[in-house]
Amino acid sequence: MRKVLLATFLGSAAALTVGGASANEELVKMSQNPKDWVMPTGDYANTRYSKLNQINASNVGKLQVAWTFSTGVLRGHEGGPLIIGNIMYVHTPFPNKVYALDLSQDNKIVWRYEPKQDPNVIPVMCCDTVNRGLSYGDGKIFLHQADDKLIALDAKTGNLVWSATNGDPSKGQTGTSAPLVVKDKVLVGTSGGEFGVQCSMTAYDIKSGKQVWKAYSEGPDDQLLVDPEKTTALGKPIGKDSSLKTWQGDQWKIGGGCTWGWLAYDPQLDLVYYGSGNPSTWNPKQRPGDNKWSMTIFARNPDNGMAKWVYQMTPHDEWDYDGVNEMILTDEQVGGQSRKLLTHFDRNGIGYTLDRATGELLVAEKYDPKVNWTTGVDMNKNSPTFGRPKVVAEYSTEHGGEDHNTKGICPAALGSKDEQPAAYSPETQLFYVPTNHVCMDYEPFKVSYTAGQPYVGATLSMYPPPGDHNMGNFIAWDGKTGKIAWSNPEQFSVWSGALATAGNVVFYGTLEGYLKAVDAKTGKELYKFKTPSGIIGNVTTYEHNGKQYVAVLSGVGGWAGIGLAAGLTDPTAGLGAVGGYAALSNYTALGGTLTVFALP
Amino acid sequence: MRITRLVVAAALLVAAGGVAFADGSGDPTAVKSEDGKYFDKEGNPTYKISSDGTVDWYTYSGYRRYHSECHVCHGPDGMGSTYAPALKESLKTMSYADFLSVVASGRKNVSTASENVMPAFGTNPNVACYMDDIYVYLRARANDAWGRVRPSKHEDKPEAYTEAENACMGNH
Repeated sequence: MRKVLLATFLGSAAALTVGGASANEELVKMSQNPKDWVMPTGDYANTRYSKLNQINASNVGKLQVAWTFSTGVLRGHEGGPLIIGNIMYVHTPFPNKVYALDLSQDNKIVWRYEPKQDPNVIPVMCCDTVNRGLSYGDGKIFLHQADDKLIALDAKTGNLVWSATNGDPSKGQTGTSAPLVVKDKVLVGTSGGEFGVQCSMTAYDIKSGKQVWKAYSEGPDDQLLVDPEKTTALGKPIGKDSSLKTWQGDQWKIGGGCTWGWLAYDPQLDLVYYGSGNPSTWNPKQRPGDNKWSMTIFARNPDNGMAKWVYQMTPHDEWDYDGVNEMILTDEQVGGQSRKLLTHFDRNGIGYTLDRATGELLVAEKYDPKVNWTTGVDMNKNSPTFGRPKVVAEYSTEHGGEDHNTKGICPAALGSKDEQPAAYSPETQLFYVPTNHVCMDYEPFKVSYTAGQPYVGATLSMYPPPGDHNMGNFIAWDGKTGKIAWSNPEQFSVWSGALATAGNVVFYGTLEGYLKAVDAKTGKELYKFKTPSGIIGNVTTYEHNGKQYVAVLSGVGGWAGIGLAAGLTDPTAGLGAVGGYAALSNYTALGGTLTVFALP
Repeated sequence: MRITRLVVAAALLVAAGGVAFADGSGDPTAVKSEDGKYFDKEGNPTYKISSDGTVDWYTYSGYRRYHSECHVCHGPDGMGSTYAPALKESLKTMSYADFLSVVASGRKNVSTASENVMPAFGTNPNVACYMDDIYVYLRARANDAWGRVRPSKHEDKPEAYTEAENACMGNH
C-alpha cells in the first residue's frame, strides 16, 4: 500500500513537472524519442537523424509500401509530416490543408482543417505555393499559411486556438516556411524576396499568439535587434548602423533578406540560428554596397530576439544566392578540441563550418567542384577581406553590368543546394546533402518597384555544367575537412530533404519520384521505389506498434518544377533547338501523395 | 437561307485558313514597320527575324522581359511549368487583344482541381510598359520562328522606343 502510494505520488509529481515545464523542455524530451517525429527537421539541431535501426542496410532492399494517402492538392509538396504518438499530422501547399491521421485506427482522418485564404495570394508566391510543414508545442499544431498568417490549432481537435497576422500578402509578404517552437514562443519567417519585402524573423507568444519581437534583416539598429557593441561579426563588434551604411538611400526598405528557410536551436547556448535571403532586386547595380544583413547567418536570443553574432556569406549578392538553407548543429572533435559547430550548405556553393557559440569561421569550401563565381573565401584572419568570398570578375554580374549577359556562372540561382535539408549521422560523422548541379547565364537590368508586384530585375537561363548531363548529385560531406566523401549523380536536381538512420541507411527522394535508400558509408544504392509524383518533400521515419516506417510526400513543383518542367536549354544549340536536356514533364505529373514504407 | 449557308461555309474556310498559322492573331507575317516595330496585315505587332538570325528589337526585348517577369511561373522560353501554362502554346489560339487583357487584368481558375491565378500586371510598369515586347517574343515562339535560345543578334534599339520607354517607366 505504501509502495502504491509512493508510486502514485511520484507519478503526479512527474506530471506536475511536465505541466509546469516550458514547451521547450517538453519538445527536447519528445524529440529524443525516436518513435516520434515532433519537429519539421526531426530535432532542434536539424540533423534529420533517427536512432531507429529496424530498417537497415542489410534488409532495406525488401522495403514495401505499407499505405498511401492522397492529400487532395496538386501543386508542389515540400516538407514532411509530424508524428506524435499515434497521430500523424499531414500538411499541404495552398490552400494549406492539415490532416490528423490516427495510426492506431487504420490511418483514419481524426480531424481536418482548411483555412480560408484569398486566392490572390497564389501569384505573389515566387516559386509555387509550397509549404514546408507544421510545428508542435504546448498541445497545439502551428501552421504558417500562404497569406502569412500564423495559426495555432488544438492538436486533439483541430479547432483554431489563435491566429496572428505576420505580414501583408498584398505587398508580396507570404508564408512558405515551417515555424519553430522555442520555449514559450513560436518563431516564424517571411517569404517575398522577389517582391521587395523588408523581411524579418518574428516571435509569437505560444499561449496567446501575441507578437513578442520582430527582427528585420536590414534597416536601423532598433529594427535589426542588434547591439552595436555586443553583436559581433567574425569576432568584432558590428558597430552603429551596420546595415544602413551598406545600402544606398532607402533601398533597404525594399531590400529583401527573406527568412523562409529552416530554424535551429541550441538549448544550452540558448541561441536560435537561421539565414537571410537575397537582397532585392536581383539587379546588383540598383543596390550598391554590401546590403547587410542579407545573405547572413544570424544567431539570436530567442527571448528578446537580440543578435549575438552575424556572418554575411555573400556580400552584395549578384546571383540570387539566398542564405536561408538549414544550419546543422553538431558537437565534434576538431584538432583535438571538442567544438560546438554549425554547418551550412549555402546556395552559393560553399559549405561553411562555424563555431556556433562565437560565430568564428572554421571551414569554407566548395561542395560542388564546378562552383566558379568565387575562387574561395579569404580565411586569413589578419586580412581586411577576412571571411569574404573572392569574386571572379568573369562571372560577376556587377562587373558585367546592366544589359550585359554574364555567361557560364556556376551554380545557377537555384544554388548548389536550395531549401531541401541535408542530414547528419553521428555514426559516420558525415553530412548527406541533396544538391543541384546547374549553371546559368544572368543578365541584370533596371526595374522599378510597385508594392505587391514582382521586383526581379534579371533574366537568366539555366543548364548543366559544360560537359555534364546530370543536373544533381547526392553527396556525403565531411564538414571538418570540407571534403566530399562520395557523390551519386542524379539526372535532375535532388530537391528532397535527406534522412540518416542508425540502420546505416540514408534516404532521399528524386524529382522523377523515386524514394531511394543508399548505404551511409559508401553511397551504394540499396532500394528504390517510384512514388506517384516527383519528390520535393523531406523523408521522415517513425515507429508505431513496434514497427519502423519511412514516410515521404510526393507531388512535384516548387522552383524545380518551374525550371526543369520543360527541360533546360542547351546554350550551345543552334537556332530552333528544342530542350537539350531531359524534361521533368516526361517523367512525372502533379499530385500530392504521402507514401509510407515498411518491411514485410 | 442559301446565302446564310454560303456565309457559314466561307467563315469555316477562313477559320481553317487561320489554323494553318496556329496563331491566335492570324498570319504573323510582317507587312510593314514603324520605328523598328513590325506589324502584320491586321495591324497586330509581330516579329521580324532575318535569315542570319537577327531579330527585331521587340523580340529581343521581349525575351529579356519575359524571363524577368513571366518565367518564374510560366517556365523558361514560354515552355510552361508544373502549374502554369506554356504561353508558347497559349498564343496559338489567343489573340493579341485577349493577351493584353489577361496580362493587364489577370484571371483566376480556382476550383477543387486547380489553383491557378494569373495576377493583374496593369499597374506594374516592368510588365505594362513592355506588353508588346513580350507579345512579339511569345508570338515568335508560338510560330516556331524562334527557338529556346537567347537572341544573339538584334536590330538596334529604336530612338522612339527609348523615348516611349522612359516616359512609361518614369525615367528622366
